[in-house]
Amino acid sequence: MSEQATMAAACPIPISQYPQVMLAHGGGGKLMHQLIEQMFVPAFRNPLLASRHDGAVFRVAEGKMAFTTDSYVVKPLFFPGGDIGSLAVNGTVNDLAMCGARPLYLSAGFILEEGFEMETLWRIVNSMKNAASDAGVLLATGDTKVVDKGKGDGIFINTAGVGVIADGVEIGPERVSPGDAVILSGDLGRHGIAIMAAREGLEFETTLESDCAPLADLVLKLIDEGIRVNCLRDLTRGGLASALIEIAEASDHGIRISEREIKVKEDVRGACEILGFDPMYLANEGRFVAFVDKRDADRALELIRSDPAGEGASIIGNVASDANARVVMESRIGADRIVDMFSGEQLPRIC
Amino acid sequence: MKFIDEYRDGEAARKLTDAIHRITTGNWTLMEVCGGQTHAIVKFGIDELLPDGVELVHGPGCPVCVTPLELIDKAIAIAARPEVIFCSFGDMLRVPGSEKDLFMVKAAGGDVRIVYSPLDAVRIARENPDREVVFFAVGFETTAPANAMAVWQAKQLGITNFSILVSHVLVPPAIEAILSSPQNRVQAFLAAGHVCTIMGYTEYEPLAKKYKVPIVVTGFEPVDILQGVYMCVKQLEEGRCEVENQYARSVRKEGNVPARTRIEEVFRIVPRKWRGVGEIAESGLGLTDEYAEYDAEQKFNVAEYTAEEPEECIAGLVLQGIKKPAECPAFATKCTPEHPFGATMVSNEGACAAYYRYRRDSIGEGRSASAGGKSYE
Repeated sequence: MSEQATMAAACPIPISQYPQVMLAHGGGGKLMHQLIEQMFVPAFRNPLLASRHDGAVFRVAEGKMAFTTDSYVVKPLFFPGGDIGSLAVNGTVNDLAMCGARPLYLSAGFILEEGFEMETLWRIVNSMKNAASDAGVLLATGDTKVVDKGKGDGIFINTAGVGVIADGVEIGPERVSPGDAVILSGDLGRHGIAIMAAREGLEFETTLESDCAPLADLVLKLIDEGIRVNCLRDLTRGGLASALIEIAEASDHGIRISEREIKVKEDVRGACEILGFDPMYLANEGRFVAFVDKRDADRALELIRSDPAGEGASIIGNVASDANARVVMESRIGADRIVDMFSGEQLPRIC
Repeated sequence: MKFIDEYRDGEAARKLTDAIHRITTGNWTLMEVCGGQTHAIVKFGIDELLPDGVELVHGPGCPVCVTPLELIDKAIAIAARPEVIFCSFGDMLRVPGSEKDLFMVKAAGGDVRIVYSPLDAVRIARENPDREVVFFAVGFETTAPANAMAVWQAKQLGITNFSILVSHVLVPPAIEAILSSPQNRVQAFLAAGHVCTIMGYTEYEPLAKKYKVPIVVTGFEPVDILQGVYMCVKQLEEGRCEVENQYARSVRKEGNVPARTRIEEVFRIVPRKWRGVGEIAESGLGLTDEYAEYDAEQKFNVAEYTAEEPEECIAGLVLQGIKKPAECPAFATKCTPEHPFGATMVSNEGACAAYYRYRRDSIGEGRSASAGGKSYE
């Protein structure tokens, strides 16, 4: 099959035969072979995958590596600004970036439900291909399983990733020190609301898109420019509140932030007002907080703002010198309150 | 955002705070009725800005909190039935019944769904004619029109596989119960703006007159609440006791007439048990005889359920403004949002949850000082 044919928008699996995923597509036989050869290998084309080995074999540099994994279950599979495929690549790429690592290789494990549309799978695989190419990573190894109809939710994806950390880069909660500036890379809550708006049952019109984006380039730019970055954390489920609380507890330092400095888009705020949600706890997929030595704070902010993924960045607070490892926020009207973790997920309120 | 930002403006809040300090000479206890207001007060730290002479106590206006335990048990029993699709607003799912909550029913295989409007539940009933769809109709006057509309619509469409589990409560009888209690210490009320958006505020005028209390219909943003406090304190200092409307951008004196008409068509006034407080006469809404076939209690034969509250929980006293959350020995120790004893710790709008979320540090230090000091027990 020619390069052009495989990369066309149309699904390469002969859909006249198999418009949907069959149990046999995960069975190790001819159909599974066909799925790998005609869908995954051409999409993710690279020498490691082409070797058809049991695993990817690659050279490593001296020094430190970062290794992470995440599983992606999302409903709906496609939402404004992204889909499960781009999420599965960017999420893992971003976790590596938060370790200060340059992401290199990803693995992808697909758990497909019998009857899942082949065409839909193809769209997701294509989206992963594009996201991987944008982030500069190779999908080096993979796996496919098919479960009985009714035993899955269409598709689950697991990705794991490895990246290399440059010499001298030390990033982690234990590095956080009193006085560090806390920089937030943009507005909050777009992913959470975009998903909710696209979900069946919540019918409000919005042009809002998920903030789903790879963050590695931006983070590496900070490191390359010599910014003293002490800690990084991407804001996913649990939002800004959970990320800051985790870092406060792990570093044993209090964090003070100002509500006025935290940006939330008008659409997100509107949806939050209606549903009774707090943007501090909404999910994001393209935002992070950086704890930076205060001497480098202004320069770091400028660098982050110069990147499309960080245009809306602001310094939202700093690390306090008191011993109490709590996150305290100054409200808009000037009073202090504790920022606490939610015990479960945020639930739409009654009135 | 229009209608939000100007009411969260730090400068406007400061001016009102200064004005409250300027006019306050006496010691006044004010109650905000609505849980949404309680949440805003604690979240924005509004009470910290007030003079020592002005104390805010938190009222019974959280629908999740006042829904009686046995009603949660009824919901759980109905939701566990295989033929039932049980629909609810999200925050009711986490409220503990005697033994479990609706999330546990869902985990055990019950078809429990979060909906955003009772009309969604009617749609689900249309789409699933072979299942019984039940909507958990809780709330104050605010949610009553939508619930009335759902039942009305089901009847119009001839849908017979839809019913509601009703626990509607009304604000004015609760205010009267608080005022007529010998333990009462509330001298003025911030009435709930959204309730009055539906119902208007003529019902409050006899209460203000009879019990000689100022009642100010108040909104939910910091500047609204500060202005409501200012208007209450001004009346108290001047010896007036009137019903005033701070939330005029939403509330008209007669309320929303079409919404009230639909409520009156579908519901009638009934006695209702309030969690932690007990039964209050004429304090709730139930379906009229004409709509009795939509009553899930009758349909699933759960009307006789009873349940006992945990003894340690003082939620009832908190809901009546007699005690504050920090005065409970179990607060933030044995009772937390992860393991709540009572509904005031579960709901986002519950006073105990609000204090736990935003205040527990200062409470830890001040507990011994405040415990018992301001209560009547």
